[in-house]
Amino acid sequence: MKKFDKERLLLAVAGPVIALVSAILLTSIVLIASGKNPFEPYRLMLEQAGFSDVQVLIVNQASLYYIAALAVALGFRMNLFNIGVDGQYRLGAMMTAVVGAHVSLPSFLQVPLLLLVGALTGAMWAGIAGVLKVTRGVSEVVATIMLNAIATSLIGYLTLRENFGVLLGDNVTTGVMKESGWVPGIDLGQDVGEIYGLVFLAVALGIGYWIVLNRTRFGFDLRATGESETAAAASGVNAKRMVLTAMLISGAVAGISGLPLLLGDAHTYSLSFPAGLGFTAIGIALLGRNNPGGIALAALLWAFLDKTSPALDYATPVAYEKEIATIMQGLIVFAVVISYEAVRQWGLRRQQKLVGAELAAAANNNAKKEVAA
Amino acid sequence: MHALVGENGAGKSTLMKILYGMQKPDEGTIAVDGEQVSFSSPADAIARGIGMVHQHFMLADNLTVLENVVLGSEKLHGIGGGARRKIKEISDRYGLGVRPDALVEDLGVADRQRVEILKVLFRGARTLILDEPTAVLVPQEVAALFANLRELKSEGLSVIFISHKLGEVLSVADDITVIRRGTTVGTAVPAKTTPRQLAEMMVGSELPTPETAESTVTDKPVIKVENLTVYASGGASLGPESEPVGPGSLVEAAGEVKKVLDDVSFTIHAGEVMGIAGVEGNGQTELIDALIGTRDADSGTIAFLGEDITPWPTRKRREQGVGYIPEDRHRQGLLLEAPLWENRILGHVTEAPNAKGFWLNPKGAQDDTRRIVQEYDVRTPGIDVTAASLSGGNQQKLIVGREMSHNPKFLIAAHPTRGVDVGAQAQIWDRIREARREGLAVLLISADLDELIGLSDTLRVIYDGRLVADADPATVTPEELGSAMTGAASGHLEHVEEEAAPEDEAR
Repeated sequence: MKKFDKERLLLAVAGPVIALVSAILLTSIVLIASGKNPFEPYRLMLEQAGFSDVQVLIVNQASLYYIAALAVALGFRMNLFNIGVDGQYRLGAMMTAVVGAHVSLPSFLQVPLLLLVGALTGAMWAGIAGVLKVTRGVSEVVATIMLNAIATSLIGYLTLRENFGVLLGDNVTTGVMKESGWVPGIDLGQDVGEIYGLVFLAVALGIGYWIVLNRTRFGFDLRATGESETAAAASGVNAKRMVLTAMLISGAVAGISGLPLLLGDAHTYSLSFPAGLGFTAIGIALLGRNNPGGIALAALLWAFLDKTSPALDYATPVAYEKEIATIMQGLIVFAVVISYEAVRQWGLRRQQKLVGAELAAAANNNAKKEVAA
Repeated sequence: MHALVGENGAGKSTLMKILYGMQKPDEGTIAVDGEQVSFSSPADAIARGIGMVHQHFMLADNLTVLENVVLGSEKLHGIGGGARRKIKEISDRYGLGVRPDALVEDLGVADRQRVEILKVLFRGARTLILDEPTAVLVPQEVAALFANLRELKSEGLSVIFISHKLGEVLSVADDITVIRRGTTVGTAVPAKTTPRQLAEMMVGSELPTPETAESTVTDKPVIKVENLTVYASGGASLGPESEPVGPGSLVEAAGEVKKVLDDVSFTIHAGEVMGIAGVEGNGQTELIDALIGTRDADSGTIAFLGEDITPWPTRKRREQGVGYIPEDRHRQGLLLEAPLWENRILGHVTEAPNAKGFWLNPKGAQDDTRRIVQEYDVRTPGIDVTAASLSGGNQQKLIVGREMSHNPKFLIAAHPTRGVDVGAQAQIWDRIREARREGLAVLLISADLDELIGLSDTLRVIYDGRLVADADPATVTPEELGSAMTGAASGHLEHVEEEAAPEDEAR
């Protein structure tokens, strides 16, 4: 039995490792093709990661990625593709910023209130897709993509100056949030920077995700639905309610994924808020195999590529394009999808074979014993 | 015509997969027409004239027969007139009676099987492998299939035939190979062998019969179904199972909604096994779905221990003691890629030992899985392997063990021994009988008429959504049931009994 556990671990690691190695090799090929040194950029990026200020940037960025990827992963675990994480995240962040700028409670109430606003906004936005799916059979993929576009327009409308928009410098924002809603970070000194306080929220969400999925009845139903909808229905899962619940939770998590940045640093929502977080999160959830530990590593890797690549532009004596990192991210997603499916099929076949072999061995032993007796 | 028989997990399927190029042998050789070959894919096997008809049909429902046959071998005879002529020719030569332009979804099981056979012949197969071809057929259809197979044989083709139904094997095969635990344990010549000898060779021990000894029927009704009617899913319901808009809306426009279950009433008492015979697709699936609650009754009531459970959701029904052995274990009974102990939880996630309140109890579930594996002789190296890696019979034993572990008061057993070898079959029958003695009410739906007759206390025949006949299992013969199942003897309850009566006197 131990053997199968070890096998499974090996298989779980094999997928991402194969994907990463092939992505790195392919990136090197791109570098060679463009006449550059195929290894130097990696060295430069690793060197960057040695600086503590870059490390802080990486951790902060990863916390956003991590929460958004958890939202995606939650949907994936039951075969729901929530492409709308991006819209849910932006709308959640904006609504939180608006409430934070207009409501002033003591800190111990303000922060939970803001988290709640973000979560509810995201849940509501995702819930629209959920309701459409269970009542009208609309594919959640289509619905959430459209909701992303609608979210963009809605945010544009709400941040008009006759609504919640406030001009800060040249930037239209939602106004500066009341200070009671700011979450203090861990200050590591003047040159190094500050780690967002809500990084711990990300960690807590990861732990919560694991516990809910693996240790609760609800989580079991959710996973069962993802693995076989028909078997789940026969086992008593109400598929429609499950779809709606999963969509709501996924949206709620997505809705707070921008908050580490908002409450920790930006303190206002503007168009300069990072775009595309929700889409990046899809790749991260894939790479992390929907597993909280795996997603954490994937989010850190992504943040590492993001935050160390700008230095490539200024490298001496030879500068490299920082887009190398983007190419690599794209290749990783490609390689991940292919290698996971290959490893999964190989693993299933291998296990069938092993089980067969083990049973045959047991049968032989029995036969021998019978003979001996 | 060569038959291959053996217990589940004996290696029949593996052997066939190797022959068909789906799996590579570790040692040993295969020779076709005296020439040693090695296949690395089914395409190689097809090129050598070997074709396989799978147990589960591999047809696209929404395509026509012609399209299904041509799919994947468009280069052979094109996709138009040439292919149509070829299909006609094959169909006529072997008397398959296949219509090239019929939609596969409109075809019955037997017709689909003939399409599968035709598909294989179309690709030029000289050797056909049939994996349990009779599992889904009624006796009359089996006879027709065998007539087709004899036709093939007389044209010089070879047929390799896998079956659990030993009577059939003996009647149709020219030669029999028995395998057990991965090796050949013997060969038999049908003329000199009885089913019993053959079965003993397979299991290597004494043999079971499905007969129930004494009646344990009480007068306490456990499940009472009254006037249950279910309509075919029309345009109203949306979801993964809903029909494509085109044909669905046409049917609706014509104002014709088919009743898939029409005014069905019955009562099953504690300690009673009620068998339902019928050709697949006559409402059995809908009946099961309505009883377990995955499909709503359009009218009528279902009462369980005197309580109206019609509005109850599936989970509540299962918690209150409705056990369920689903007809398709891969689709409804198991999470194939999950470990065995998680499969032990499936369907009983709210109940001990799987859960403590809101929380799962993995340890409890694992311990109990070990117990089931032991008590039900599930052959597996451990409880952490995936369900997919077990053989069909062992998967079924796990499901039966799981359902029985929660002391159900009413058990829906759909094809409880389908695709299960004789040894495991006996165990499953024993378990059902044991529980019946303790007051379990069972609804048994099976395509195996011997099983139905042997295990049931009362028998009903379902045809076109209605219970058209009933029979006394003590007197009825499979042939009589078979004719009622095809609708030939529908209408009056007495009809079957009348038929049975002279038979009874003759004895």
